[in-house]
Amino acid sequence: MISNSELVNKYFRHNKKFPHIWCPGCGIGIILGNMLRAIDALDMNKNEIAFVSGIGCTGRAPVYVDFNTLHTTHGRALPFATGLKLARPELKVLVATGDGDATAIGGNHLIHACRRNIDITTIIFNNYIYGMTGGQYSPTTPHSDKASTCKLGNIERPFNISQLVEAAGATFVGRTTSYHTLQLQSIIKKAIMHKGFSVVEVITHCPTTYGRINKKGTAVDMLKWQKEVAVDKSRADKMDPKELEGKIITGILMEKQLPEFCEQYDTIIEKAQSMKNNQQGKSK
Amino acid sequence: MNKKSSYQLIQGNEAAAEGALAAGVSFFAGYPITPSTEIAEILSDRLPANGGKFIQMEDEIGSIAAIIGASIGGRKVLTATSGPGFSLMQENLGFACLAEVPLVIVNVMRGGPSTGMPTSPSQGDVMQARWGTHGDHPIIVLSPGSVEEAFHYTVKAVNFAEKYRNPVIVLMDEIIGHMRARVSLPPTSMIERVNRVHPNMPPEWYLPYERSATGVAPMASFGDGYRHHVTGLVHDAKGFPTADPNEARNNIRGLFTKIERGFRELCLVDYEFMDDAEHAIIAYGGMVLSARSALEQLRKSGRKVGLIKLGTLWPFPRFALEQYLPQLKTILVPELNMGQIYREVLRVNAGKAVVEKLNRVNGTIITPNEIVKTVKGLIR
Repeated sequence: MISNSELVNKYFRHNKKFPHIWCPGCGIGIILGNMLRAIDALDMNKNEIAFVSGIGCTGRAPVYVDFNTLHTTHGRALPFATGLKLARPELKVLVATGDGDATAIGGNHLIHACRRNIDITTIIFNNYIYGMTGGQYSPTTPHSDKASTCKLGNIERPFNISQLVEAAGATFVGRTTSYHTLQLQSIIKKAIMHKGFSVVEVITHCPTTYGRINKKGTAVDMLKWQKEVAVDKSRADKMDPKELEGKIITGILMEKQLPEFCEQYDTIIEKAQSMKNNQQGKSK
Repeated sequence: MNKKSSYQLIQGNEAAAEGALAAGVSFFAGYPITPSTEIAEILSDRLPANGGKFIQMEDEIGSIAAIIGASIGGRKVLTATSGPGFSLMQENLGFACLAEVPLVIVNVMRGGPSTGMPTSPSQGDVMQARWGTHGDHPIIVLSPGSVEEAFHYTVKAVNFAEKYRNPVIVLMDEIIGHMRARVSLPPTSMIERVNRVHPNMPPEWYLPYERSATGVAPMASFGDGYRHHVTGLVHDAKGFPTADPNEARNNIRGLFTKIERGFRELCLVDYEFMDDAEHAIIAYGGMVLSARSALEQLRKSGRKVGLIKLGTLWPFPRFALEQYLPQLKTILVPELNMGQIYREVLRVNAGKAVVEKLNRVNGTIITPNEIVKTVKGLIR
């Protein structure tokens, strides 16, 4: 595997002003680093990678890395990425989005991107909170947990992102945590290789907002919690639902092959062009 | 060469779709909405037949996002919508202004606000087209005054978008959009097509927002080897977010400078009977038809009336009015809104001539006779 210094030299932008904006202990850097290790292991050409994000802490990830990078508006990374992918199908398009970005303001785009099965890999950094704005509850904040806009406890029920995207039609769904870095690399690799719309949900931690208000301890404590609640799918399949309460099932949760959007559109172009040619032939 | 163009009976929306194709648009993303839907329907057929791409998105927010993405991928892009959809596009329209992404929005205006009068004509979005997205920004807005112009202005809109790396809005009203007229469209070979300037320096020298002498920076497409960053944050010449006051000023001022440099080229204005005119009608869009008809009647009865037809609404072609102010006694501005261009005219007029407005917001048009009557009243 590539060493850390090689990784930094090869993939981080040399002309970008550092330091990055993330807090000490943040999980986003872990996920970004392992995404880069996955990309490196796949030996991909940097010119052929487009890395697209929305708004929030996660949205800042692309600016640091040396790809074609697009930092869009809140919740809209997927439709930007959809247009880009359809315009340039040869690009490998990766999307980085947070839980609020992907499932609140961008929820409609997320389910439709799943349904279309366009060949985009979406990594959802799920830290249960709006971190950048100071810790408001998101669609994945657990019931009864606290946030700056629900100090007496959250009365809304959270989305299960992996179930949501599977139901919406994604053809690859993986879930892991920022503790399980090798699994994270492996799932991202497989998601990138998958032809169709792939989603990787990564459970991560925000020690600054969610961790502090909910007394979850330090970043290390929160990583340990991820280790404890994660149950690999192979093991979970053999457990009864009672045992799985409060656990997070990790691994490749679902994978299937269905016609991909850009490839299907190519057949539409072929049909439309042959119809046009036939009509021109007749009129002559 | 000189293949004869043939006459056809088409509506304004069809002409706009033909204009998009003639200009080289190869990507459309949209969402159905009255009264613009024909443009999407036509392009959903015609684009793939020409090797282009069409996608129907989940809403108008996604539609403009998708065309921005496709434009960054190197395509000439366009979307079409109407009032409520145009409102939904505003945030990403601002993104395209700041990130300097070429794109065209055809907004076939309908009665508003809100769901309003979906099948009735209106010109209520003039100020929204100018200021609809938040923050200070320049914008280019063209308003076709005939079915034929719907074609030509859409071509121009695509060309302006490419040349200035700026969003361009074709602000059409339902009158032009759904009116059928016998028009002669030139063959594609006769159409001037402008392409955005691509960088030709080595990729490691490329600064995506370093402006050339024209005020516009060369634009690399994703995938062409010029890896760079595009953001909706205020950015430096490298495209990276900045909070440095000098860099922020350069970013925002630069947006204005490029449009100011192109001001004359961007201003499409036609003058009819203005040479000896003492009274002017200023009209745009579907109101040009009523104004022109009124003008004929007024001239026949010996009144020295002329027409200033605004093809460009923004940047506001102030010289079109200023050059005639010394000879003008009165100015009438008929509009299907409560007086949106009227205020611009007042501002430019600066108290010199008598400026009157004639407004309608009930879903019907202003007739030529009403204009004739109002002008006669003014002259007296």
